[in-house]
Amino acid sequence: MNVEFHAGFLLFSLLALAAAAIPLARVPRGPVIIYGAAAAIAAVAALSGAIAAARGIPLQVRLPLGLPAVGVRLQLDALSSIFVLIVNLAATLASLYAVGYGRHEQEQGRVLPFYCLFLLGMNLVLIADDAFTFLVAWEFMSLSSWALVLVQHRDDVNRNAGFLYLSMAAFGTITLLFAFGVLAGSAGGYAFADIRAHELGRLSAAFALVLALIGTGSKAGLVPLHAWLPPAHSAAPSHVSALMSGVMTKVAVYGFVRIAFDLLGPPDWWWGTLVLSIGGITAAVGILYALMQDDLKRLLAYSSVENIGVIFVGLGLALAFEAYDMGAAAALAATAALFHAFNHSVFKSLLFFGAGAVQHATGTRSMANLGGLIHKMPATAFLFLVGSFAISALPPFNGFASEWLAFQAILLSPEVPDWGLKFAVPAVGALLALSAALAAACFVRAFGIPFLGRPRTAAAEQAHEADRFSLSAMGALAMLCLLAGILPGIVIDVLAPAVNSMVGARMPVQSALPWLTIVPIAESRSSYNGLILFVFIVLAAYFSVYAIHWLASDKVRRGPAWDCGFPDPRPQTQYTASSFAQPIRRVYGALIFRAREIVDMPPPGDLRAARLTVTMRDLVWEWFYAPVAVGVLRTADRMNPLQFQTIRRYLAFVFLALVLLLTVIALWP
Amino acid sequence: MAVIFDFIVQGVQMFVVLAFAPLLTGFVRVVKARLLRRRGPPLLQPYSDLARLLGKEVVLAENASWLFRVTPYMIFAATWVAAALVPTFAGGLIFSWSADLIAIIALLASARFFLALAGLDIGTSFGGIGSSREVMFASLAEPAMIMIVFTLALIAGSTQLSTIAQIMALPEVGLRVSLGLALVALILVAIAENARIPVDNPATHLELTMVHEAMVLEYSGRHLALIELASMLKLLLYVSLIACLFVPWGIAEPGVAPSGFLAGLAIYVLKLAVGGALLGLFETSIAKMRVFRVPELLGVALMLGLLATLFRFVSGSF
Repeated sequence: MNVEFHAGFLLFSLLALAAAAIPLARVPRGPVIIYGAAAAIAAVAALSGAIAAARGIPLQVRLPLGLPAVGVRLQLDALSSIFVLIVNLAATLASLYAVGYGRHEQEQGRVLPFYCLFLLGMNLVLIADDAFTFLVAWEFMSLSSWALVLVQHRDDVNRNAGFLYLSMAAFGTITLLFAFGVLAGSAGGYAFADIRAHELGRLSAAFALVLALIGTGSKAGLVPLHAWLPPAHSAAPSHVSALMSGVMTKVAVYGFVRIAFDLLGPPDWWWGTLVLSIGGITAAVGILYALMQDDLKRLLAYSSVENIGVIFVGLGLALAFEAYDMGAAAALAATAALFHAFNHSVFKSLLFFGAGAVQHATGTRSMANLGGLIHKMPATAFLFLVGSFAISALPPFNGFASEWLAFQAILLSPEVPDWGLKFAVPAVGALLALSAALAAACFVRAFGIPFLGRPRTAAAEQAHEADRFSLSAMGALAMLCLLAGILPGIVIDVLAPAVNSMVGARMPVQSALPWLTIVPIAESRSSYNGLILFVFIVLAAYFSVYAIHWLASDKVRRGPAWDCGFPDPRPQTQYTASSFAQPIRRVYGALIFRAREIVDMPPPGDLRAARLTVTMRDLVWEWFYAPVAVGVLRTADRMNPLQFQTIRRYLAFVFLALVLLLTVIALWP
Repeated sequence: MAVIFDFIVQGVQMFVVLAFAPLLTGFVRVVKARLLRRRGPPLLQPYSDLARLLGKEVVLAENASWLFRVTPYMIFAATWVAAALVPTFAGGLIFSWSADLIAIIALLASARFFLALAGLDIGTSFGGIGSSREVMFASLAEPAMIMIVFTLALIAGSTQLSTIAQIMALPEVGLRVSLGLALVALILVAIAENARIPVDNPATHLELTMVHEAMVLEYSGRHLALIELASMLKLLLYVSLIACLFVPWGIAEPGVAPSGFLAGLAIYVLKLAVGGALLGLFETSIAKMRVFRVPELLGVALMLGLLATLFRFVSGSF
């Protein structure tokens, strides 16, 4: 399969599907047909990506479209094909899930066409081989996903989320435009091959890196550019949320990797420190925000911010190692980043599907109104539990394997002769460990409050199990979580060509090792075997079940809860999502959120109810976004008179602008 | 032949930790009772407690889910596997390469994940209070532990526990600032992880400050026995961990004669006794903390671990 076929197939089939979706949206079985076809197309695309990855020869094609001198160039090299595989694997399962779930949407005409276009946009970004195509595809992806955010446009919250998303997406694209401008230089070859050949000065390269980091980071959700992400990701229908959070952020990671590792040439010494520090902060801040959310989907979106932070820590380490020619270490760090990118696309999709099933079954995403769903939705609960376990980086699932590789990469960094890095890396290691532990806390809460305990509302009490398409999509993802966790060596070997194209080195071949152990550097140094660990745990559990039921009692009696002798039957007496987060809010929140708890306790004899008021401030919003918003509004007010001028004045403005621009060009060195 | 022998050592190790765990807990209780000039329970009391609990029927709350019933087995299995991977009387365990120190810590975190969920399953306020505090403690104790692992791994050049133990026994390692900091941090983490005074009181029941006991309040019969056994195993694991990292002498090397293993076992029992006695002494000499003072204690452990790691990054001689 070559790149012409891959691109042509995607372009024609998805465009045709989008066109077909407009009439089919009105037909009752329309969504099923569209999502079924989308699943098939994405599966073919994933297969084609896998074949390209296996063959390992970069493919290129130039189509006579687009800018005259550049054309539309497409390619499918090792890096692209891995991401094509990741994106389309998740897209296949999201479409499968939507066959069941997507039927419940009210206005299908607002979902189906844009869903197909969104899949197309993400795929085009991955195979673009020139800056023009890349940016057009990038904007295509942003706009189609924006339309999907606005599906429930009658809700104020969603409209605001859509507006914020649109502004941030435009900002990100403009930054990327500048980044490519710097990369191409004044000679202006916009094909990636020309950009690679173009030698940049240190200052220009630094400029390009920072611009690329801002442009792709705003799409991926790096702190402080993440503010749009949780509202937008949670506003879309759940299968789209899964794609936006699990997959589109990976496309953004791809954009950064393409620019920083491929187009920019050898990294400078401080790039790695910058990227990994931002990654570490993003991870810790993202998961703390996630812990404070009551909306299940918003919680998941904030947790995506955390995972993106972990991925960027890996990428930053890889850049730092590459700058000091430590090939093996750079390969380890890059593998950790890509492995985590894959893992996150798997378990985040699974969790969003679960959240969608909960939302459909109960009509709410607010954890304060849920509870006890494990009794009504046992299969969904089990699969959501697997996802929660995997994302909390607990063995033997896949989240642990990539986190473990990241820790191993950190342990190699004292050999880097760079003092900034020597101080930054231990701190980032601590932040990474902190965010892993907080992620476990966050997902105990995200699973425990909605699924365990007693139903808090009638809606939660009358919940029903998800349909079989949704369950099979979730089941496949849960299986992938386990398989990638117990056979990490195979994933590492699949990622190896992409890692090789990033840093010019690869990790040792893992799948040939005995017992499928993974050994990043040397066996005396560190090794991990998820399979043996898994078998060990299963055997130990089986042994204990068997021994106890055989030797001791196996009698069970049901009775009322003990609760220290004072059980209260009202479900309001349970711990809620916010009371569960209270200890963590108290320890970390005073600093990050300026959280204040005000207890109003009436004196004895007063019959007024006691009140606990919690105030939290979003400092990122107050410091970075609010000033910009105020500034824009003020400038707009000032510029308001310009709207009501005569035609002569407008002509004068045009003339002045022309003179100004020509002067600038004349004076440009 | 050597492989079979290694398998036997690994198997013996698994049953040694299982057999000794209640003994260690009983010993700590005896030490504490004697220090308080009480007679205290007999040394073997934990065994009879466990046997009694195992024989009793389980009383499940009406709305307990399958997760509640699975959790004790998962906690026990994860803790047992973790404890089986820490060198106790003999090094070079055959499966030690399947999980390094980071994986052992993550296994304990898995056990905690299940326990915290079980605390929420019945929907009582005590369960919630226990779970929410447990995850808050863990959010500081786990990073502190990872920092300690980083320090040790950077000294030994490995995260494999058996390799670290071998290297720690070498005279070249000697006394180091970073090792001292790591030891203090590890002891703080171990106290918090095992719910000992001053963080939590293993002897209390029906107290608003309880954490671990609050999560397991609804458990009874064999389920409770398994959870109790798992927490005994965890205590043994931490004492063994401190022993094999900071007093690594006397661990039987792979390939020695059977008498060497017996000597290793005797030395290991001695180490456990010293560790248990010190723990009892420490617990009787200090008062329980308020819950929101615990983060400060664990913050100290995290900062010590970070400082130790930073020292190792800055210079190899610390």
